[in-house]
Amino acid sequence: MTGNISRRSFIKGGLAACAVAASGIPASAAGADKDKQLATLLDIGKCIGCGACVEACSEINAEKYPEPKKPFPRMYPDRAKPEDWSDKKDVNDRLTPYNWLYIQSADVTVNGEQKTITIPRRCMHCVNPPCVKLCPWGSAKQLENGISRIDPDLCLGGAKCRDVCPWEIPQRQTGTGLYLDILPAFAGNGVMYKCDRCYNRISEGKPPACIEVCPENVQEIGPRNEIIKKALALAKETNGYIYGENENGGTNTIYVSPVSFEELNKAIKTGKGKPHLKAVSDSMGKANNLLAALAIAPIAGIAAAVGTLYKNSRRENEVKRDAPKE
Amino acid sequence: MHQKNNVRYLYLVTVFFITLSGFGQMPIFKRYYIADIPGLGWLARFYVTHYMHYICAALLIGFSAYIITGYVMAGRKKSELTVTGYLRGALIAGLIATGILLVIRNFEGYMFSHNFIIFLDLSHLALVMLFLLTSLYCLIFKKKWSRDSNQ
Repeated sequence: MTGNISRRSFIKGGLAACAVAASGIPASAAGADKDKQLATLLDIGKCIGCGACVEACSEINAEKYPEPKKPFPRMYPDRAKPEDWSDKKDVNDRLTPYNWLYIQSADVTVNGEQKTITIPRRCMHCVNPPCVKLCPWGSAKQLENGISRIDPDLCLGGAKCRDVCPWEIPQRQTGTGLYLDILPAFAGNGVMYKCDRCYNRISEGKPPACIEVCPENVQEIGPRNEIIKKALALAKETNGYIYGENENGGTNTIYVSPVSFEELNKAIKTGKGKPHLKAVSDSMGKANNLLAALAIAPIAGIAAAVGTLYKNSRRENEVKRDAPKE
Repeated sequence: MHQKNNVRYLYLVTVFFITLSGFGQMPIFKRYYIADIPGLGWLARFYVTHYMHYICAALLIGFSAYIITGYVMAGRKKSELTVTGYLRGALIAGLIATGILLVIRNFEGYMFSHNFIIFLDLSHLALVMLFLLTSLYCLIFKKKWSRDSNQ
């Protein structure tokens, strides 16, 4: 990079520099509007573990459940294993492609009294869901009202959404979906399924099935800011604890419990299809913190180029000045 | 010349790692045992490849700004871009533009329509495939980015 800098070329360079600098991320993007998102509040002190919500969920969403074609195509290499729940549709003690909501139970001591706490568990519908944001094909989507759902017509079943979900919520069913029409032996492995918070019912102005049928009114749904206010008031009133307000940067499923979630987490069964209740840091926030590096990069590049040009220009001028005159 | 070579090697290292971490966004390295190769286990860790992709993207944008500024301010007097140089430059510009929109998408909130996000995901992938094919063609047929202006 050599040469003298004329005023004209400096202006041209400046314009190019502005164009590149404009490639930085607008600050407004960081402060997205949470007000349009709907959240659910679950007062688990009220839950009696009757399972009405689980039954209603299965009934209402039955039409969305997979109908895999068998035998499944052989996959290469054989590390990719089929995951088949089609013969175990009745399993309801964990999350499966045919069971998007289940009741978790914990034997704990409340005010010196032994008690079993029951907790309806399903997708947390994160405010900034990694399953949606990190899906390489855009198969998972977040609706304007905060619902995250997986499009069964687009999902290839790579299960990245499950790997990046702090609770490993989505569950795979092999032998169904788009991958069968592409390269079933070499890419994809079915479709991922999870709670879509009855998005179709909500679009018709109806509540999710689990909320509608609950005999104890454990759950309610509303704008996130109102639900957070109610959760805080309820926790204060009952001397309870909140889960979901800040987990993974904030979720649209807020639990209020009479027992600390640390204690509950020790008492529940966790594992595949059985999500934990641990504290969770903001998965997407960590990468988004690298925004500064992305914003500074073009400015640093321009500064380095201008500095190099200036240095070379000075050196050339010195050589010219020091050269013996004929 | 020494400085030019340093920039070239840094650019190649950045392109290598941004491509590798970019492919790491797809669940393929574990499935195809590549992450089992000693030292490559991180390729199966999605958050690690995600951070690495962001860092390499910052470096690539920095390099692009450096090269464009230098070319516009002084380089054009001495050299001009070849056809394959323009093509590779346009593909990198497309990758940076779609990449920036995907970074914006990753902030919380409803930013873009679902169809536009699918378009961004697929066009980002298509652009990198085209860039790799073009680069391979240029490597085989020894096509340079630029030639001297007085040629």
